[in-house]
Amino acid sequence: MKIIGRGAEAVLYLENGELVKERIEKGYRIGELDEKLRKRRTRLESKILSRARRAGVPTPAVSETTDYKIIMEFLEGERLKELLGRVSPERRKELALEVGRLTGTLHSAGIIHGDLTTSNMIFRDKIYFIDFGLAFHSESVEDRAIDLHLLHQAYQSTHFQYLEELWSSTLRGYKENFKDWVKVEKRLGQIRKRGRYSKR
Amino acid sequence: MNRFIPECLIITMICLGVESTAHTFGVGIVTEKGKILADVKDTYKPKLGSGIVPQEAKEHHLRVKEKVVEKALEEAKLGMGNIDLVAYSQGPGLPPCLWTGMEFAIKIAGDHDIPVIGVNHPVAHIEIAKLVTGTQDPVVIYVSGGNTQVIAYASGRYRIFGETEDIPIGNAIDTFARKAGLPHPGGPEVEKLARSGHYVELPYVVKGMDLSFSGIATAAVKLLKGGKKLEDLCYSLQETCFAMLVEVTERAVAHTGKKEVLLTGGVAANKRLTEMLEIMCRERGATFNAVPLKYAGDAGAMIAWTGLLAYKSGERTEKKDPISRWRTDEVEIKWLTRGEPQV
Repeated sequence: MKIIGRGAEAVLYLENGELVKERIEKGYRIGELDEKLRKRRTRLESKILSRARRAGVPTPAVSETTDYKIIMEFLEGERLKELLGRVSPERRKELALEVGRLTGTLHSAGIIHGDLTTSNMIFRDKIYFIDFGLAFHSESVEDRAIDLHLLHQAYQSTHFQYLEELWSSTLRGYKENFKDWVKVEKRLGQIRKRGRYSKR
Repeated sequence: MNRFIPECLIITMICLGVESTAHTFGVGIVTEKGKILADVKDTYKPKLGSGIVPQEAKEHHLRVKEKVVEKALEEAKLGMGNIDLVAYSQGPGLPPCLWTGMEFAIKIAGDHDIPVIGVNHPVAHIEIAKLVTGTQDPVVIYVSGGNTQVIAYASGRYRIFGETEDIPIGNAIDTFARKAGLPHPGGPEVEKLARSGHYVELPYVVKGMDLSFSGIATAAVKLLKGGKKLEDLCYSLQETCFAMLVEVTERAVAHTGKKEVLLTGGVAANKRLTEMLEIMCRERGATFNAVPLKYAGDAGAMIAWTGLLAYKSGERTEKKDPISRWRTDEVEIKWLTRGEPQV
């Protein structure tokens, strides 16, 4: 068992060529609560991965879900985080446009990713969205705008040299695939003024 | 000119800080080296069963201010002539309280012809916590009756990584305690009763990095009226609220890669919360510190210390009026950005 990643609540490892995401026990919370949360979240993430895929957003195919584990396809590709830094400006815009389209599709399906960064996007034959650990169902303007805001922040921190071109392409793609974008764009402006993405 | 200055005459800068954002009127005296020479406070107590009345708090502060400053100077064995700088809590807080503190600070600074500087209250909580625990660059959990925030320093600011989107954690526990007829303050009572309780399900609301506590308090009150045991509800309330807070903290630690966790604010006194954070830190290989209660609550020393840090980094307060709404991440932390590339 080779651990390839360790997040705040799960470990990732390869087993028989597949990727296993296992939510690990947290010693700080009581057993009843710990079990309930890990089961519920594993189930939800697995469901959202499949729903997103059916809606047209490429995600790793889930082959099995147990109480605390999701066993899924291991995508061998390159993270957009690195890829964006080494391609031509034209290609960069194309990729950013596609990121916007996929986000629009996801939101149209009533799904919020919750952690949209270029580390959570893998390019193989096309762009895949991964890590739906913070994803949830919502159709609210606020949740959608926050999702986009987080993506903008990720661009800002990792790809600041070409932030403007990336962002305008992404917004264009988003508008193509999400028809209610006017409200979201307006809310996004308000969120930026708040300084942070909280509801206050 | 090559004057010889004897060692004994090189004195470090000394700052007097005035805290006056809510219940507490406090005066602290701190040296540039971080030595706390005095920390005196007098706290307004609202009538039984009622919350803070800003006007009454202000009158309380006006009444005690002279006495508190005298006592602080006495404790530090200093006179106003030894003070080089006066700092005051400029916000956020209740406007009547803030004005009282500011006017008093300007008055005593003016009388002795020394500079005066305004300080952001939550930033001061963080800085005094770092000072007394000796931590360098922690993920800070700031929990009190009025605040629930998970904060960490990143590129020039103390950034808020997670916070409550409705009521603070202390407020949720107090609300439940009041409805359950427990004496004030509710936190310690709930903690005591929780020791013999068993788990009952309550809503667990973490959305990404955001927390919500209002639903939990409501649900717990409802269950109590429905006949559930008080001990069980106290236990479950604590377990649920704290687990949520620790989860968001852990995420901030994982995200920032920081190696220290620091707990401050009034709720820092809760043993179960500190225990949970200790376990989380151990599992993640981070160190954990809780601020001693004396410096976890509102106090003048934290304002004095932060005033010194700000002043020495070149900060000057041009507009002295209180800022009743002032977010932690709006403050430029100049004393940490020196030598760092500006973003």
